[in-house]
Amino acid sequence: MTMRQPAIVVLGLLVAFLVGPFVVIVAASLSAGDTLAFPPQGFSLRWVAKVFAEQSFRSSFALSMFLAVFATLAALVLGIPASYAMSRYSMPFAEAVRTVVSSPIIVPGIIVGLALLRYLVAPFGINVVVALFLAHTALVLPYCVRVVSASLDNLRSDVEEAAILLGSSRLGAFFRVVLPNVRNGVLAAFILGFVTSFDQVPVSLFLSGPGVQTLPIDMLGYMERTYDPSVAALSSLLAFLSIGIMFVAERFIGFSRYV
Amino acid sequence: MSDSAYLSLEQLKLAYGKTVAVDRLDLAIKQGELIALLGPSGCGKTTTMRAIAGLLAPVSGHIHLDSRDITRVAANKRSVGLVFQSYALFPHLAVFENVAFGLRLKGMRGKELEDRVQSGLKTVGLSSFASRKPGELSGGQQQRVALARSMVMEPKVLLLDEPLSNLDARLRLEMRAELQRVQKETGVTMIFVTHDQAEALALADRIVVMLNGTIEQIGAPEEIYNRPNSAFVADFVGFENVFRVRAGELDTETGRFALGGAIPREAQGLAWRPSMVELGGGPFEGSVRGMSFAGGTRQYLLDTPLGPIKVEASAHLPTHALGAAVRFDLPVSIAAPLQRFG
Repeated sequence: MTMRQPAIVVLGLLVAFLVGPFVVIVAASLSAGDTLAFPPQGFSLRWVAKVFAEQSFRSSFALSMFLAVFATLAALVLGIPASYAMSRYSMPFAEAVRTVVSSPIIVPGIIVGLALLRYLVAPFGINVVVALFLAHTALVLPYCVRVVSASLDNLRSDVEEAAILLGSSRLGAFFRVVLPNVRNGVLAAFILGFVTSFDQVPVSLFLSGPGVQTLPIDMLGYMERTYDPSVAALSSLLAFLSIGIMFVAERFIGFSRYV
Repeated sequence: MSDSAYLSLEQLKLAYGKTVAVDRLDLAIKQGELIALLGPSGCGKTTTMRAIAGLLAPVSGHIHLDSRDITRVAANKRSVGLVFQSYALFPHLAVFENVAFGLRLKGMRGKELEDRVQSGLKTVGLSSFASRKPGELSGGQQQRVALARSMVMEPKVLLLDEPLSNLDARLRLEMRAELQRVQKETGVTMIFVTHDQAEALALADRIVVMLNGTIEQIGAPEEIYNRPNSAFVADFVGFENVFRVRAGELDTETGRFALGGAIPREAQGLAWRPSMVELGGGPFEGSVRGMSFAGGTRQYLLDTPLGPIKVEASAHLPTHALGAAVRFDLPVSIAAPLQRFG
């Protein structure tokens, strides 16, 4: 077993590399000092409290939640029928449609953001929140289509035919048989879309306007102005929130099977 | 079209895109009949079944059911049941809800629904499985749920796609008896698709043999088994020695051969089962290329001037060694005369 010890060392370094920053941030956010520092100076929850008191964080958190929830719902409303069509019918240009739908993943966010700003927001004067909503919907759509498609491909199409022969309409078969059987895939797609939207920086950076900022953009701006541990405290809270969501998702729908 | 036809297909043409799967198909089925659509894969039998169910719109032709033209009637309004080869149970619903699915859509509720579903489950012997999910059942049980799910709808015609192919040998016999019983008890008109001639012979009132999208022969099992009318059907039901006939002689790749007996005038071909070939005497001679022991019989493969000949002889008779020269006869009197060849 000569390979065993080096392997354990490498694995340990890898875990430290992945988890280390998280530990540093959590420790720093519990600091009693006035600046972001590691190791922390003393222990206090004052920066955690400050996060909740900070008006700007509250409004940008609300905007990010709003975007993550509604952009993902919109992407599912568009993405589920699209996935269904692609999995059940052999359409002309199916490959082209697939490529277009997944292009927001491939095209760098900076370019998407700039393009939306230059050709959508600037010329038409579209409301910033609306622009963010549209952009996030487009960004989340590929993830929804991918996850939902995988679930649909696992469901044989003859269960729909069986439902139809038992008297159901085609649409009825979709809602009574198809949707219930891809429910977990849809939930997984929602979580993935939610996280993708919530985490989004480059596109939001271009589209955020005065007073209207998503949480990550607000955090970036805050750090440029103030170097106190409240950003670390906020990051820790968000990390724990994500961990919580993933734990629940894994527990109830076996999230990792879908993504 | 005969008056007694309950389900009739007239000049039916079916295609997937530009690929024609079934062409000029005529078929009349009486009420309460148990019909087998028999043929190799790709012969159009499943396609025909899908057209009857309404899952595939015909290119041309008509389908009548119970004195009504249903050619353009939607699949969900035809009163045609289909038991899928994969069973196609709804994975998210328990057995009870699977069976209740169609009845609920009809608006049935409460006690009436409960009774109908329970009696459906009882018919297939699954009363105690009502609360299980399909994933917790064996293949045979799933199939019986699928059968009950279709039967409670009291369809005018019940279609079954390869109903026995996914079951092991013992279950297959059980299910075969089950299907016959359900059909006799309810009197439902049943059509099942199969590629297994033994299954068709054992179950059906009439067999429809299909090849390349057309019907080769329709007949009772004994008729199909004993009097195949084409080279394909003959080979399919075990007449392994099939010859073309021209001008009263066997026409083979290696030449023409006269037989000791008058060949029926209209015969385009003659066919013999291996057991119909007489070994140990006769006008022809061959050499033994292969021999295998099969319990009560021995099976020989002979190299002959007519080409390879398969023979089955009683195991009580003396063995012919590999390479030995054997005389044999193809008796015309017992051969199956074929009205069509190729």
